[in-house]
Amino acid sequence: MTEVAIVSFAQTDHQRARPEVNEVEMVQPVIHQALEDVGATISDIDFTCSGSSDYLAGQAFSFVMTLDAVGAWPPIAESHVEMDGAWALYEAWLKIQAGHADTALVYGYSKASPGDLPRVLSRGLDPYYQGPLWPDSVAVAGLQARQMLDSAMITEAEMTEIAFRNRESAENNPHAQLRGSAPVEELLAQDYLCNPLRKHDCAPITDGGCAIVLAAGDKARDWVDRPAWLRGIDHRIDSHNFGGRDLTVAPSIAIAAESAGVSPGLDVAEVHAPFSHQEKIVTTGLGLSDSVEVNPSGGALAANPMMAAGLVRLGEVAKRIMSEEIDRGVAHATGGQLLQQNLVAVLEGE
Amino acid sequence: MSPDRVAVVGVGQTKYSAIRGDVSMPGLLREAAYRALADAHMTMNDIDAVVVGKAPDFFEGMMMPEPYLAEALGAVGKPLLRVHTAGSVGGSTAIVAASHVESGVHERVLTIGWEQQSVSEAMWALSFPIPFQQQLVAGAGGYFAPFIREYMRRSDAPEDIGILVALKDRLNALKNPYAHLHEPDITYDSVKDSMMLWEPIRYSETCPSSDGAIAMVLANSEAAEASSASSGVPPAWIHGTSMRSEPATASGRDQVSPQAGKDCAADVFSQAGITKPLEQIDVVEMYVPFSWYEPMWLENIGFAEEGSGWKLTENGTTEMTGALPVNCSGGVLSTNPIGASGMIRFGEAALQVRGQAGDHQVDGVKTALGQAYGGAAQFFAMWVLRTEKP
Amino acid sequence: MSEDRPISAFPDGLWTQPQPSVPSGDDTVSGDDTVSEVQRIRTPASFVYDYTPGRAPSRFLRGLAEKKILGEKCPVSGDVYVPSRGMSPVEGLPTTEAVEVGPKATITSFCVVHIGFGENAPPTPFVSALILPDGAAVSLYGTILGIPHGDVRIGLRVEPVWLPHDQLTTSFENITHWEPIDEPDVAAERLKGHM
Repeated sequence: MTEVAIVSFAQTDHQRARPEVNEVEMVQPVIHQALEDVGATISDIDFTCSGSSDYLAGQAFSFVMTLDAVGAWPPIAESHVEMDGAWALYEAWLKIQAGHADTALVYGYSKASPGDLPRVLSRGLDPYYQGPLWPDSVAVAGLQARQMLDSAMITEAEMTEIAFRNRESAENNPHAQLRGSAPVEELLAQDYLCNPLRKHDCAPITDGGCAIVLAAGDKARDWVDRPAWLRGIDHRIDSHNFGGRDLTVAPSIAIAAESAGVSPGLDVAEVHAPFSHQEKIVTTGLGLSDSVEVNPSGGALAANPMMAAGLVRLGEVAKRIMSEEIDRGVAHATGGQLLQQNLVAVLEGE
Repeated sequence: MSPDRVAVVGVGQTKYSAIRGDVSMPGLLREAAYRALADAHMTMNDIDAVVVGKAPDFFEGMMMPEPYLAEALGAVGKPLLRVHTAGSVGGSTAIVAASHVESGVHERVLTIGWEQQSVSEAMWALSFPIPFQQQLVAGAGGYFAPFIREYMRRSDAPEDIGILVALKDRLNALKNPYAHLHEPDITYDSVKDSMMLWEPIRYSETCPSSDGAIAMVLANSEAAEASSASSGVPPAWIHGTSMRSEPATASGRDQVSPQAGKDCAADVFSQAGITKPLEQIDVVEMYVPFSWYEPMWLENIGFAEEGSGWKLTENGTTEMTGALPVNCSGGVLSTNPIGASGMIRFGEAALQVRGQAGDHQVDGVKTALGQAYGGAAQFFAMWVLRTEKP
Repeated sequence: MSEDRPISAFPDGLWTQPQPSVPSGDDTVSGDDTVSEVQRIRTPASFVYDYTPGRAPSRFLRGLAEKKILGEKCPVSGDVYVPSRGMSPVEGLPTTEAVEVGPKATITSFCVVHIGFGENAPPTPFVSALILPDGAAVSLYGTILGIPHGDVRIGLRVEPVWLPHDQLTTSFENITHWEPIDEPDVAAERLKGHM
């Protein structure tokens, strides 16, 4: 295996809506900053890969326009996944492993604000049995939370505490959308948004994006003093059949975690859980001990730029390694609904 | 560390048609996947990862359908990745699948490209009106036709080159049972007399709108040799892969012969040790959605000097019996499920190398090129396959 | 759900989906009538997106309301892009200066359209052209009227025809079409790289 590290990470200030900019104008500053932070330009990058969604943009081939933010002239080696940017990073990592690149630029972004996100997401469900019923993404997540509550795997108070902790942690994250929280008792007294989920149990709707630079071996050491080495990365998918699987677990997380080399001795976990109860499924699947700090950034509950929130998790762990705040951490990204698809990466300093 | 060698050891296609009303989306993909697995003498259990690609989700009205397809593709518990690079996506997806194996991370990968253009209104899915953007009232052909006109001006090509390409590809399609369009009565005159849509593009010089899927199994050296020993069919070894992109608009950009296409060809040829493509390549499958793109790509890839690609069409070089047969399958002009079209080019190149192309097989193919492009002629993907192991 | 909204902007019968039919051959589910009966379900889906154009396109659209074609200048090369999304695609850097281009322009290439799309398409046949406004680095698409389509050529000089003043909005549709002007053609070789 070629040693590959995250050497740079930049993200937007995530906001509920960025009506003043289009997607190109929104994402260009973070692409530029991620490169500039290591003194690079696009000509130093061997491979570029991005993640975005046409359905969020409400427009076919939406990623074509965003390429304008990269400066792909002369032409570049480039690809795109219709997935969270974390999977774009996986594709770039493979490219480096295959010996086709030593450096890579990865970015993910979306503006979820123009459309009706919970309903738009319903178009990703089984088009015969689920799609025609138009279950929105909050209702679908509610089924999962209900199953956990009824199985005594979590309580509404625990869910609220997870939301409270994430949003309080976000106080220290200048990029977060929701920073700080009302006390747990006050949150618990609020009405349901979609029983058993209250508003605080749900990730906000966010416009935003992020960019990461990857580099192999000595190139990474050239660019930064302390690269955040990707010690292992893997992703797996579970069944789409809600009725046919136990929604309280996501087996793909444990498979990916084992393959990525998740083991004791982690300082931080950044997990991509758009709903409070899902954090427990993820941390259980990863087998994290209580000593691991979960989501110091505030996680997806504090800012959830679709197609970027997973890649942000990798960046948040890498940032803390590069700044010598921590030595080793795990990042998790999810795709689809109900934690159906999961990516796990272990990052470490020298 | 030298990367793992990769080969195509299985290819499977669906019957392509305007509408596959008999299968669901998972059914369509499985039809291709099972055929590819059977060709490779494997089952879904042998597959380590699945890499899929298609063009805009609006074609099927499903947002990011791959999680829904996980079970149908035997991907539960495995990695599943979805690529989308506009019209080149089929080629890009195959290349991403190849890097899954080349990286040494996976041994056997299933890759599938598909489109069901009949599910929604294809023209609508490609370009529905956005309030502050310019509406292209001329349709997709109207976007590309001006570049064809400019090619004709620069090259001073005879006006019927496009007719010759269309006739050749549609006749080739008669030898390919999977092709969408089978027009046994087609003649030079019937193409010439077909309706002008976007002058200089006639109806019969335009690709159809198709449903269909293609799947391939890619394997590392050990798995490829085992598969080949079992199936008795030689692997198609990958000798080079390349992707290049450039912006949709840029000062100095030439959409008639885009720099990204030239760079992509130069890169893939350098990997494969090809210095004289016309002599060293036996057969080509390239993405020709409008007939005139054959001579345009012949020049762009480097088979002919600028302005003279049309001569290879006119003198029969690109016919099945010529020195450089192009699109023996019938090409995109005969079959166009957009998200699959690029991978069909890559897969047909593999069939030629494996000797499995049936009635459209060219004798003695040792080296084949697959090419795909997309967007505003700005995304390119190519691979070179050989019978010989690298 | 919003069943009252149309699912397509195109008129009925034009490139609409074909009727389902089971193709013959080895791929059919044959001999089972219950399977062939249900071949398709229809799930009308419509979404409303509240688009905003962004900074540079907003400048462009406001310019159109004043009958001005505003391009955006690349901060490095000075090349002017129109219509711009606010970025120099060559440099990957934001444009910051709006520059008026045109209104006189040159046809860099074109086609004669015999099958138009959308409600705004003029009667066929019409000429759809790539048009390079004076001072711009790249062409935009436009419809050419006021000249027999057989007389249209690469290098022809044209200018925009605007909606009446009281109908001007911040829209591309302010330019209804382009018409020829009495100026010598531009040599086609000079237009290379600006299509």
